[in-house]
Amino acid sequence: MTEPIRVLTRNIDEPDSASIDTYLRTGGYKALEKALSMKPAELIDMVKASELRGRGGAGFPTGMKWGFVPQDSGKPVYLLCNADEAEPGTFKDRLIIEKDPHLMIEGMIISAYAIGSGPMSYIYIRGEFAYGAKVLEKALAEAREKGFLGKNILGSGFDHDVTVHRGAGAYICGEETGLIESLEGKRGEPRVKPPFPAVVGVFGAPTVVNNVETIACVTLIVEKGPDWFRSIGVEKNTGPKLYCVSGHVKKPGVYEFPMTVNLKELIVDHCGGTASGLPIKAVIPGGGSAPILKPDEIDIPLTFDAVQKAGSMLGSAAIMVMDESACIVECVWRLVKFFAHESCGQCTPCREGCNWMESVLHRLETGQGRQEDADLLLDMSDNIGGKSLCALGDAAIGPVISGVQKFRDEFLYHVEHKSCLPGTKRYRRLDMPVGAH
Amino acid sequence: MADLHPDSPYMPHRHPEPGATFEWDEEQRRELDRILERYPTKQAALLPVLHLAQRKVGWLPPHVIVKVSETLGLTPAWVFGVVTFYNMYNQKPRGKYFLQVCTNLSCMLRDAYDIYDHLCSRLRVKPGHNTEDGKFTVLEVECLGSCNTAPVVQVNDDYHENMTIEKIDDLIETLP
Ligand SMILES: Cc1cc2nc3c(=O)[nH]c(=O)nc-3n(C[C@H](O)[C@H](O)[C@H](O)COP(=O)(O)O)c2cc1C
Ligand code: SF4
Ligand code: FES
Repeated sequence: MTEPIRVLTRNIDEPDSASIDTYLRTGGYKALEKALSMKPAELIDMVKASELRGRGGAGFPTGMKWGFVPQDSGKPVYLLCNADEAEPGTFKDRLIIEKDPHLMIEGMIISAYAIGSGPMSYIYIRGEFAYGAKVLEKALAEAREKGFLGKNILGSGFDHDVTVHRGAGAYICGEETGLIESLEGKRGEPRVKPPFPAVVGVFGAPTVVNNVETIACVTLIVEKGPDWFRSIGVEKNTGPKLYCVSGHVKKPGVYEFPMTVNLKELIVDHCGGTASGLPIKAVIPGGGSAPILKPDEIDIPLTFDAVQKAGSMLGSAAIMVMDESACIVECVWRLVKFFAHESCGQCTPCREGCNWMESVLHRLETGQGRQEDADLLLDMSDNIGGKSLCALGDAAIGPVISGVQKFRDEFLYHVEHKSCLPGTKRYRRLDMPVGAH
Repeated sequence: MADLHPDSPYMPHRHPEPGATFEWDEEQRRELDRILERYPTKQAALLPVLHLAQRKVGWLPPHVIVKVSETLGLTPAWVFGVVTFYNMYNQKPRGKYFLQVCTNLSCMLRDAYDIYDHLCSRLRVKPGHNTEDGKFTVLEVECLGSCNTAPVVQVNDDYHENMTIEKIDDLIETLP
């Protein structure tokens, strides 16, 4: 059995864990000193050697991403830290932001130096994290005071500062080009790629977007070396990983493991199984965008590759557990309602398709479904997937296709009996009020 | 301005204070300067400047949108387009306490809809509308990034976690 580790989370139980004094006492900002004594190219090689993969959702190799940045564009390079954390089921970045902000700030200064960044980088934090933004502002002020930010950092000649930029409630601003547009003071509508942000990003300049946890890992790689980082986990899935577990489990929370941890063990042994004691019915392994797994599919290690092989994705490592009392049609409906609400509206298949899928799922759930609806949902999915501009469209169909294919009987039961499967519970009763902004 | 939904407060005859104007105060001006120096373009300051205005006014009525556009050298239409894209920019006045109930999957699985339903019936208010005394607004929102402490209700800026009907009742009774 894989045992939990405390690397990214090593400080969170310290008293006053967010303060710079605590951070310095536990060895903080030593990695920055080391990084500034190295050449930027050496740091990029170090991150490449660590095999670190992005923790924001796609698992893209971080060193390779940094390597795409042209150093001769004549423009300042920008580093943007993606703290939008809005994928349903995800709450790991919030833990770092609120409990150990210096871990990510140190990582940002190192990363900015490595990619040849200009004088400013930005943390794009979702607007709802008002407390997190305050913690970050305070931490940045402490770092400035100690000379870790500002002019000529630690005598290296490197000038840098970090700005906290608050979003305003839009999931799509977590998509990196939506984030860039939003930071420029626009509607957060994703861009057509190419050009990729590494070449033309924010303010027309080369830009790297990295997730909070990815950047926190950079600090550890510099501090302890790429070999140490690679020794955790397995090939191509290295380093410590934060898993968010929520839903029908006894002990929801953020769990830190090497990526060798087994999904079933994590739920049953570490999170105490379901709170109700009922058997597990379905598991979403990587946030609302990830296809649903059935209980016989969860005996897998939580690596990017193994979860993909099982037909889903590790995504933001947000594990949502449903026990036997959950109605799959309602769960899928709730996720699709989210995507319909959050679609930026640029592409017709995503904008119209998500709303349409939501109505069909709603009519199924409320006993108005038709015999052909299950296939209709698959057909609609087919017309959204791969036919829209950003990955939100593809994300929205993940739960739909997997739900219909793996629980087809339950969908048909709704049509035939005009009700949910016996023993399952509808959370949103029909007499409840309907929301309106 | 393009045609708006007849219920929209941006319709001139529905505006709660026709003829109102908006000026930045001393403190806000200092904050504006502080914001502007962090960005290479004025336009990039739009989201923080809208937050700044809304913190004072509570929502973003037309005259505030016009003021923000003048301050940043943008057209009112541009600013309006941005305001309507983001959920957190209020396009109408909200109650003193804005109760935002997350009902996304992990919260739903922990009975968030019961809390939402209870709030609407106890406060006798339709979602998105304000109570008659202007004290409360209830709204269903998407995942707040706190699913380990589901269900979650955001009250203005603060998260209230592991909520139950009893806890939300206590909260409502103690809010001044
Ligand atoms: C619809 C959508 C929403 C996303 N939301 C987030 C998010 O909230 N946080 C995040 O870090 N990445 C998010 N991503 C992934 C980013 O586009 C990007 O891949 C990531 O920030 C890159 O960082 P990484 O390489 O460190 O993983 C989202 C992607 C999509 C398509
Ligand atoms: S796929 Fe959806 S969210 Fe993405 S750009 Fe198109 S409409 Fe917007
Ligand atoms: S589902 Fe409610 S906070 Fe995430």
